[in-house]
Amino acid sequence: MKAINFTPRFWVAASLILFVLVVGVLGPFIVRTDPNAVIGGLYDAPSMNKLAMWLGTDNEGQSVLANLVNGIRTSLLVGLLAGIIAMVIGLIIGLVAGFQGGVVSDILMGITNIVLAIPSIVVVILLSVALNGRNAVILGFVIGITSWPWTARAVQAQSTSIRVREHIDVARLSGARWISILLWDILPYLLSYVAMAFVLQVSGAILTESALSMLGLGPSGETSLGTMLYWALAWGSVRTGAWWAFLPPTIMLTLVAFSLLLLQSSLDEVFNPRLRRGKLRKRPRGAATPVPAVASPQTLGSSPLIEAPGRAGRTAGASSSTVRDGGVA
Amino acid sequence: MQFAKYIGRKVLWYLAALIVALLLNFILPRLVPGNPVDAIVSNMSRGGGATGEQMKAVYNNYMQQFGLDKPMWEQFLIYLSNLAHGNLGTSFAQYPASVNKLVGQALPWSIAIQLPAILVGWIVGNLLGAVAAFRGGWFDRGAFVGSLFASSMPYYCLAILLLYIVGVKLGVLPISGAYSFGLSPEPTLAFFGDAITYWWLPFWSLVIVFVGGQAVGMRSMSIYELGADYVNYGRGLGLRDNRIVRYIFRNAMLPQVTGLALSIGGIVGGALITELVFSYPGIGTTLFNAISQNDYPVIQAITLIITVAVLAANFLVEIAYGLIDPRIRAAQTGDR
Repeated sequence: MKAINFTPRFWVAASLILFVLVVGVLGPFIVRTDPNAVIGGLYDAPSMNKLAMWLGTDNEGQSVLANLVNGIRTSLLVGLLAGIIAMVIGLIIGLVAGFQGGVVSDILMGITNIVLAIPSIVVVILLSVALNGRNAVILGFVIGITSWPWTARAVQAQSTSIRVREHIDVARLSGARWISILLWDILPYLLSYVAMAFVLQVSGAILTESALSMLGLGPSGETSLGTMLYWALAWGSVRTGAWWAFLPPTIMLTLVAFSLLLLQSSLDEVFNPRLRRGKLRKRPRGAATPVPAVASPQTLGSSPLIEAPGRAGRTAGASSSTVRDGGVA
Repeated sequence: MQFAKYIGRKVLWYLAALIVALLLNFILPRLVPGNPVDAIVSNMSRGGGATGEQMKAVYNNYMQQFGLDKPMWEQFLIYLSNLAHGNLGTSFAQYPASVNKLVGQALPWSIAIQLPAILVGWIVGNLLGAVAAFRGGWFDRGAFVGSLFASSMPYYCLAILLLYIVGVKLGVLPISGAYSFGLSPEPTLAFFGDAITYWWLPFWSLVIVFVGGQAVGMRSMSIYELGADYVNYGRGLGLRDNRIVRYIFRNAMLPQVTGLALSIGGIVGGALITELVFSYPGIGTTLFNAISQNDYPVIQAITLIITVAVLAANFLVEIAYGLIDPRIRAAQTGDR
C-alpha cells in the first residue's frame, strides 16, 4: 500500500511551481541582458530576433523579458523570506502558548488576537511609508512580521489539544526536557498543517508585495512583478495596447498564486483523508463535535481586506476544517 | 448576566486593539526621517508663488495642528482629541483641503463598486459551492477548480485582463474614471446612466473573484457537514435528500455569514488596486496619490478608516456569535 497518495492535482501544482522556480532561478542566467539596460524605445513590440526582445521593451526601453525573470526572482525571494519569518514567529508563539498554558499563554494569545484584529495591510502600508530605503529583503521582513498571527493561533489551538495526550505524559515522566517535548513530541503532529500554512504564507506575501508595489511602496531600484505592473499602469500600457508590458507579469502572478493554492489544497487532500471524495458516507467518525468556530471571526478578520493576506486568510478559513480534525480527532 | 460578561470582555479586547492601531497610526509616519512639515513647506516654496509670509503662516498652522514642537505624548493626545472631534486633519499636498473632505469624496465610489459585488458574489458563490459539494462528480470537480482559479487569481490581475480585453480590445465599455468628462456627480438619471457604464468593469472584476472565494469555502464546509453524524442519522431515518440538504445548508452557512459581515467590514480597503487599474476615484486612488506625494495626514486617515471598519465588523460578528451560539459564550467566560 502506498503511504502517501498524491493526487493528479498535486502533480499539476508541483509542475507549475517548478516552472515558475526554473524561470525565476535559472532565467536570469539565460537571459543575460541587464534589466536596467536600455535596448530600445518606448514599448517596442516583441520580435524574435534577439532573446532580450522576445517580449519587447517597457516604458524605459528596457527588455521586458530580462525584467520579468529578475522580477520573478525578487518576488520569490520576498515571498520565501516573509513566509519563513511568519512561520517561525507563528510556530514559536503558538507552540509555547499552547504547551505552556496559563499566564504565558494568555499573554501570548492576547498579543496575537490584537495583532490579528488589526488588518495587516494597514500595518504593512504604515511600516513601508515609515521606511525610506526599501529593498526586497526589508519588504520581506515587513510582510513577514505582519502575517504570523493566524499561524500562531492555529498552532496554539492544535498544540493545546496535543498537550493532554498520553505520549506527552510519558515523555514528561521519562524526564524529557521542555524544549525536546515541544520539538519531538508536539511539532511532528503539526507538520502537515505547517507545510500547508507555509505555502499560503508564501503566496500571500508575493501578492502583498505586488499590491504594495502597485501602491507605490515597492522596492526601490529593484524589479519585482509588482513594480513591473506599477510602471506598466503608470505609463498606460494597457490603454495603448502594449500587451507585452503588462500581460507577462499579470500572468506570472496569477500562475504563482494559483499553483501555490492548488498545492495547498492538494496537500490538504493528502494529509486529510476525509477531504477525499467518494468514501464520505461510510467513513467512521471520531469524537468530533464540530468545534464552534470561535476562532474564525478574527482569523478571517484580515481576510477580506486585501488581496494577499486576504486570500491566505480566506483559504485558512477553508482549510480550518483540517485544523479542526487534526485538533479533535 | 453571563452575556454581559461576554460582551464586556469583547469590548475590552477590541478597545485594546483599537489603541494599538491608533498608536501605530500615530507613531509610524512620525518615524520618517526629518520633519514632514519642513519637507512639505520647502517643497511649496521651491514651487514658487508663495511669499515668505504665506509660507510662515502655513508652517505655523501645521506645527500647531500636529503640535510637532511638543513632546510625543502630548502630540498623541492632540491626535486623539482631533479624532474624537471627527477631524482627520489637513492635507499636505492639497493645502488647505481638509482630509475629511478628500476621504468623504472618495468613500462613496469605493462602496458603490464593492457593496453590490460582495452581495452578488456571496449569494452566487454559496449556491455554487453547496450544489458542487452535494452533486459531486464532474460538476464538483469543474466548479471547484474553476472557483479555486477565480479566487486565487489576484483580483487586480483579473481587473487588468478585463480592462484590456473588454475595455481596450473590444472597446465596449469605457476604460478609465467613474463618469464622462464634463459631467459632475448629481442624482439625475442621465448621470446615473453614464456612470454605470464606467461601473461595470470594476464590478465584474470583483464579483468573479468573490464568487470563487465563497464557492470554495462553502464547498469545503458542506463536505464537512455531509459527513456529520446528524446527516447519517437523518439518512438512517429515511429523510429525503431535500430535507438533508436544507439542514446541511443551514449548518454550513454560519461561517459564510461571518465571511459576509467581515467582507462588508473590509469594504473600505478591499479593492484598493482595482480602483487604481480603472482610475476609479475611490479610496484606493486617493491612497495612491497620497503615497506618491508623501501626504501623511491622508495616508493616516485612510489606514485608520480601514482599521476601524474592520474592527467594527469583527466586533459585531463576535457579538452576534455570542448571541447565536451559547457554546461560545460558555467557552469564553471560562464556564467550560
